[in-house]
Amino acid sequence: MSKDISFPFLGLFKGMGLTFKTMIKKAPVTMYPQEQEIPVPRARGVISLDTEACTVCMLCARECPDWCIYIEGHKEAQVPDKPGGRVKTKSELDRFDIDYSLCMYCGICVEVCPFDALFWSPEYEYSEPKIADLLHNKEKLGEWLETVPEPPALES
Amino acid sequence: MNFWLELAIKTVLMLVVVLTASLVTIYTELKAGSHMQARIGPYYAGGRWGWAQPLADGAKFLQKEDLAPAKADRTVYGYAPWVVMMSTLAIFAVIPMGPDLVATKLDLGAYFLLAISSLSVLGILMAGWSSANKYSLIGGLRAAAQLIAYELPLVLAVVAVVVQAGTMSLNGIVEAQQATLFTVGGVEIALPFLLTGQIIGFGIFMIAAVAELSRIPFDMPIAESELTMGYLTEYSGIRFTMFFLGEYASMVGLSAIATTLYLGGYAVPFLPESMENFAGPGIFFTKVAVLVFIIIWIRFTWPRLREDQLQWMAWRWLIPLALFNIALVSVFKVVF
Repeated sequence: MSKDISFPFLGLFKGMGLTFKTMIKKAPVTMYPQEQEIPVPRARGVISLDTEACTVCMLCARECPDWCIYIEGHKEAQVPDKPGGRVKTKSELDRFDIDYSLCMYCGICVEVCPFDALFWSPEYEYSEPKIADLLHNKEKLGEWLETVPEPPALES
Repeated sequence: MNFWLELAIKTVLMLVVVLTASLVTIYTELKAGSHMQARIGPYYAGGRWGWAQPLADGAKFLQKEDLAPAKADRTVYGYAPWVVMMSTLAIFAVIPMGPDLVATKLDLGAYFLLAISSLSVLGILMAGWSSANKYSLIGGLRAAAQLIAYELPLVLAVVAVVVQAGTMSLNGIVEAQQATLFTVGGVEIALPFLLTGQIIGFGIFMIAAVAELSRIPFDMPIAESELTMGYLTEYSGIRFTMFFLGEYASMVGLSAIATTLYLGGYAVPFLPESMENFAGPGIFFTKVAVLVFIIIWIRFTWPRLREDQLQWMAWRWLIPLALFNIALVSVFKVVF
């Protein structure tokens, strides 16, 4: 059957055969509230944040195409290494919010983070009755971190 | 029996049968259509398999406000769905579902059917014109052009059947299909017209019937992607429900006409005539259901025709073919 036999309207009847076969087969449907769908590997469900790794560099907020990441931070003086040494500063994260009502799941923030503070998690059940509740703060984003799967092993 | 009592009983019985049949058709379309698209369709309404979905849809439509645009011609706008609904329901007045199970035995049954079913064009044109909406107007005029174009092959296909049967009475046409054609070893064999020279006519009739219904290969009047909903755009509430039910009832109606004219109506070969009044409706509606399923099946498979292709097909192919079919059938009628 490598060569197509063709005469007028054959395609129409082939199509009818296809729809009939599809009708008889069991529909590949997951009955969602009763059954859970298993997300595919590397599924883009929700973005989680490792607050310890974040250095408030703002790269993610600046690269975000629809500006749904809000970051605020301040600098704190560190105790010098040696007495009389130079006082170093460290950035502390005050606020890290992602507005999931704006997010389009492009993943640019995850790609661009130079300190591996953002990860994709496959969780998808975080719909809310109120749109304002879709703004996840840094505590909530930190909780998502527990759901991040182990990265696949390196290829040898 | 009192004339009025008889009329009331017949009307109520016919309404119940036709509306039940259209609800079943709607459910079949929802369910079969979704399975053809690898979905499962309605599932929760009514407890099991979503059997109550058409009823729930109907209840939802009835709750909605009966809106009319400010510039609409209110009288015409209000009567349009009635015209469409009535022309559809009147089809069933003459369709025989058994030798005696027929509301009115008309000698001109086939003629009445064609006349009454083309009245729905008027209702559609009324709806399109009176809605004061450009989409409705274009949809209504497209519908008028399409229905008039496909009325001709439909009528010409029926003419061939009338020639072969030698009568216009629908009971007569069904009985003509029970006439013995030949005998094989003492067994008398009768075949429906579909198998005795009307196969071209049946094809033309079904194509024209789907076009008359303006269903998917021929849905230019509705054309959701271009005209929102064509002549239905402004309708809501009970008037939309009537158009909607009317569409499915006329689907059953045209399938019923095709069954009577081509598939032998209430009769099947080898069934004794004394049984036909009991088994007739069952046989009849089984045949109708097969045709309705094919119409649904086509809807979920075939691509749509463009407006000019649609007219081209009617005028360049179906009408000449139907005329040729009449000539062929007449010649055979005279020769044999």
